[in-house]
Amino acid sequence: MKCTEFLSMLDEVIDETFAAETRERIERHIHKCGHCEVVVNTTKQTIQIYQCHEIIEFPTTLRERLHQSIMERCAKVKRSLA
Amino acid sequence: MPPIQSTEVENEPHPDVALVERVRGGDLSAYDTLVRKYERQVFRIAQHITQNREDAEDVTQDAFLKAYEKLEQFQGNSKFYTWLVRIAVNESLMRLRKRRTAKTVSMDDDIETEEGFVPRDFADWSPNPEQNYDNSELTDILRKTIQGLPRGFRVVFVLRDVENLSTEETAEALGLSVPAVKSRLLRARLQLRERLSRYFRRPDGTLQLDAKRGKSPSGK
Repeated sequence: MKCTEFLSMLDEVIDETFAAETRERIERHIHKCGHCEVVVNTTKQTIQIYQCHEIIEFPTTLRERLHQSIMERCAKVKRSLA
Repeated sequence: MPPIQSTEVENEPHPDVALVERVRGGDLSAYDTLVRKYERQVFRIAQHITQNREDAEDVTQDAFLKAYEKLEQFQGNSKFYTWLVRIAVNESLMRLRKRRTAKTVSMDDDIETEEGFVPRDFADWSPNPEQNYDNSELTDILRKTIQGLPRGFRVVFVLRDVENLSTEETAEALGLSVPAVKSRLLRARLQLRERLSRYFRRPDGTLQLDAKRGKSPSGK
């Protein structure tokens, strides 16, 4: 397997959705190619970092204000349909 | 590598199905439960698309209101959440169009047309690179980095990798084909990785893996 073929399958490698018969070729390539192994590992870390860190603040006060407003507007719709 | 496991139990109805039925029957408290369950995610998605907090607040309210008003149109072929995300995405795009009246806005505005993306940075990252920054610095880096992605890539990454929608659900929510979602996800992941490498790479530029294997970094 060449790096270009490996990289074209990167998402399948990261999500582990590749076909079972490809596994051995993928593992062999990762073992011998340090660059591709780095790309796989650091891409996995990229995803993990974004999953673990809340980068958009949604404070409780804002949440409660929005929630109350949504439910008031829905209640108004319900009343108008009654 | 572990075997792939489905997280869904086949033939078992999603818990939202019963809540949606109760709302259809006139029970507003069931809708309150659905709003509580998904308001954070909807706000995050809206903020990622509009890049504006006030717009995200308006979109969150409008999306839930529209979903409530149109609940009779929800067929139940998809999950309620996927349907709600689609409404939130459309509301976000409408909000952007309002802001830029002279310009059309779509999910594809700033996506380059050429296919493929080749990684250029092969430096290994420091072990636990997040620990080199305090929490607010790290949040800044992550926010700045993801904001730099084209919208069409950013939203696919957020839905698929942060909000954990499946590829098919992401495609449905964005009105894209599955191959288009896969292509955008790959490029989003690689571009984010490349950009984060500037902050997280090992200071000496060596491959930790090569050190582990006892060999010098390989050339390409």
